[in-house]
Amino acid sequence: MNPFKDAGPILRALSRNKIGAVLIALQIAMTMTIIVNSVYIINERYAKMHRDSGIDEANSFYLRSVGFGENFNNQSTIEEDIRNILAVPGVRAAMQINAIPLSGSGWSMSLQREPGADAEDFGTAVYFVDETALEVFDLELVAGEFFSMTDINWRQAGQSNWSDKVVISQALAERLFGDEDWPQGVGKTVYIEDKEPMVVVGIVDKIQAPWSGWDDLDQVMLSPEQLDYKSVRYFIRAEEGRRDEVMQKVESMLAENTQRVIRQVRTMEETRERSYRSDSAMIKILTTVMITLTIVTALGIVGLASFSVNRRKKQIGTRRALGATKSDILRYFMLENFLISTIGVVIGAGLTMGLNIVLVNTFGMDPMQWYYIPIGMVVLWCVGQLAVFGPAQRAAGTPPAIATRTV
Amino acid sequence: MFSYYLRLAFKSMGRNPILSALMVAAIALGIGASMTTITVNYMMSSNPIPEKSEQLFYVQVDNWSPHNPYDDETGFPPTQLTWRDANNLYNAQQGTRQTIMAKSGGVVQPDDQDVKPFEAAFRLATNEFFAMFNVPFLFGSGWDTQADKNREHVVVITKQINERVFGGDNSVGRELTIAGHTFKVIGVLDTWQPIPKFYDVENGAFEDIEDVFMPFLLKEELELPSWGNTSCWKPRESDGFHAFLNSECINFQMWVELLDANAESGYLAFLNNYVNEQKSLGRFPRPLNNKLSHVMEWMEISEVVEEDAKVMMWLSLMFLTVCLLNTIGLLLAKFSSKSSEIGLRRAVGASKKDLFYQHTVETACIGLLGGLLGLVLALLGLTGIKSLYGDFATKVANFDFTLVLLGLLLALISSIAAGLYPTWRACNIQPASQLKSQ
Repeated sequence: MNPFKDAGPILRALSRNKIGAVLIALQIAMTMTIIVNSVYIINERYAKMHRDSGIDEANSFYLRSVGFGENFNNQSTIEEDIRNILAVPGVRAAMQINAIPLSGSGWSMSLQREPGADAEDFGTAVYFVDETALEVFDLELVAGEFFSMTDINWRQAGQSNWSDKVVISQALAERLFGDEDWPQGVGKTVYIEDKEPMVVVGIVDKIQAPWSGWDDLDQVMLSPEQLDYKSVRYFIRAEEGRRDEVMQKVESMLAENTQRVIRQVRTMEETRERSYRSDSAMIKILTTVMITLTIVTALGIVGLASFSVNRRKKQIGTRRALGATKSDILRYFMLENFLISTIGVVIGAGLTMGLNIVLVNTFGMDPMQWYYIPIGMVVLWCVGQLAVFGPAQRAAGTPPAIATRTV
Repeated sequence: MFSYYLRLAFKSMGRNPILSALMVAAIALGIGASMTTITVNYMMSSNPIPEKSEQLFYVQVDNWSPHNPYDDETGFPPTQLTWRDANNLYNAQQGTRQTIMAKSGGVVQPDDQDVKPFEAAFRLATNEFFAMFNVPFLFGSGWDTQADKNREHVVVITKQINERVFGGDNSVGRELTIAGHTFKVIGVLDTWQPIPKFYDVENGAFEDIEDVFMPFLLKEELELPSWGNTSCWKPRESDGFHAFLNSECINFQMWVELLDANAESGYLAFLNNYVNEQKSLGRFPRPLNNKLSHVMEWMEISEVVEEDAKVMMWLSLMFLTVCLLNTIGLLLAKFSSKSSEIGLRRAVGASKKDLFYQHTVETACIGLLGGLLGLVLALLGLTGIKSLYGDFATKVANFDFTLVLLGLLLALISSIAAGLYPTWRACNIQPASQLKSQ
């Protein structure tokens, strides 16, 4: 049996009541446009939020220490603090650092292969670290070697020269030395601030810059320096599962020194959450919009279908009286909705692409992959069929006897 | 007649409660979503200082690298100034008023031992800041030109800091240790939070204002740290704080008050002159690219309205369209189920105009109900936005009277528009056709 055998009469019937069909088709088209683009945005944000930062986020936290007393000695305080922090049971590693991955604020510089103000340069985040950084950040050295204790120097406020040695992330090495040849970057000289040479002594697998919205998020350089500043940050990695306990102890221990203020004691988990807050908010909002919109559209279809069933009660009764089975009637309404939905999703496919082009041009998003559209079409077809099923069943239940009544 | 139609409208709504509820709900959802996002966009793009936003200009000069522009995409000049340019332009005093400023910070140590020392954000500015931006004072006032010149240790604190350190008393004349130096409090601000924080959008357009305000030149005097964005293109010549101040690093902002278009073009000519002069000293290697933007232009250039907010607004307006299409369909259904009643009314003498009026009243009622419910939903939506976005959203996710009015108007207009076609169809029912079958 041909399921489409009723298509001819249905189309003729629809052409007499165009406006209802057009309204549903348009609703389906707009709904598809919004839903497909929303899903696309959600997927993009989800992927962005789940990029690996390369560090042991679950067990790490950091804090700021702002010294202010007149006799406050930066270097001895920092050295003593690190010693004391490392002595706290549960602390796995700790160091002083200038900026925190994903936190939103930090230092950036650019490196170049050739000296000179007009040479091509590559932006990079800068972390000032000590020789324990691999352990603190849970990094893997993929080429060369890491800094030793003797490499670490104190960096003064306003100091303009740089260390002789530098360790860079693999992503930065790939930019500087090529996707294939990056391991050969070890031992090569790169230039910072146009002309100052630094030798790449090692390459680490992965670490992210402080700015989650930056295109070159994975380009990072590590410099073997400790800041001789009054205001410093300590980054602490606790043993598995002991972060919260350690965090409390470290904070109260450091606060004993009344010559300083301890601020922003924060876990990496919280930092990630803050860094991607607007993305996760966008995902939640768009999900709510999609669900509500689908319900509204489905209810609209139910409403209009019920109405058209009521109006056609007599005709349905007549068809039943003339021998149509219940399933014939059911099929009639399902097929009618299918045809209307088809028009809707075809228009919807065009609108979806249109909106995507607008989003790409206005907001610089990437264009959507083609397969979103057929998936969206199928989903909207299903929504239409589900919504019309109830009214169609009621139509099928119309007794043939109704044909003989006047009203 | 109106009250009669109103009664008829409610009767008719009561006859198909489910259909009516669906329509009201559809409009409410559409209005709720749209008003939530419109509110956020409206607040983000609001004018923080409407009384003089066209007289305040943000100053940009292009001191950037000869090899690449500051902004590859737009070619706009750097968004901040160097220490040297900020001071030179300020000292020239070519505007009606001007102020140069920067963000800094340090530790505040209250004398009262019970109040713990804390870290505070500083706004370094010249004395004109307060008058130029209409900053309200609770006690005392700002400083004068002399204090700027003599680098006096005077400070204006916010109401909040005054509560924290001085328990809310009039603290003018009291002393406070800031960044290790003794300052005299000369003023306490009243509540002030421009939205956006237009005077320094570089460092967050929806941040809280700084905690303390002090003379600009103290930056040099006390070697205060640079908070906020600092960008450099040229390596510094030597070490130390002064090398930074003399470098091509940008960390400073300047606003100038100009009363008319003449003054504006005059000031731009002055800027061009200044840059040409500096070129002869070997600075400013790029082509002339100076810019004056009044407050709202500067907000636009700085893209203060988040892109996500715009995307959501467009999506929610499309959502409203779907809801309206829905309403049109439901109204068609509803009115055609009333066709016998309409036929009867026509037959007993109601004109098409009367019927049109009657049904417009009915759709308007549905629209208004939907609008009111929609505003409630928008309030919920805004609460949701606040909890999702945290801090900064509490400044932008709030209704004002205009928005409530806009919401109701939007609901009314869109529901009446949605009702036009169904109403028109209903009015065109031939009385005879409906009476026949009865």
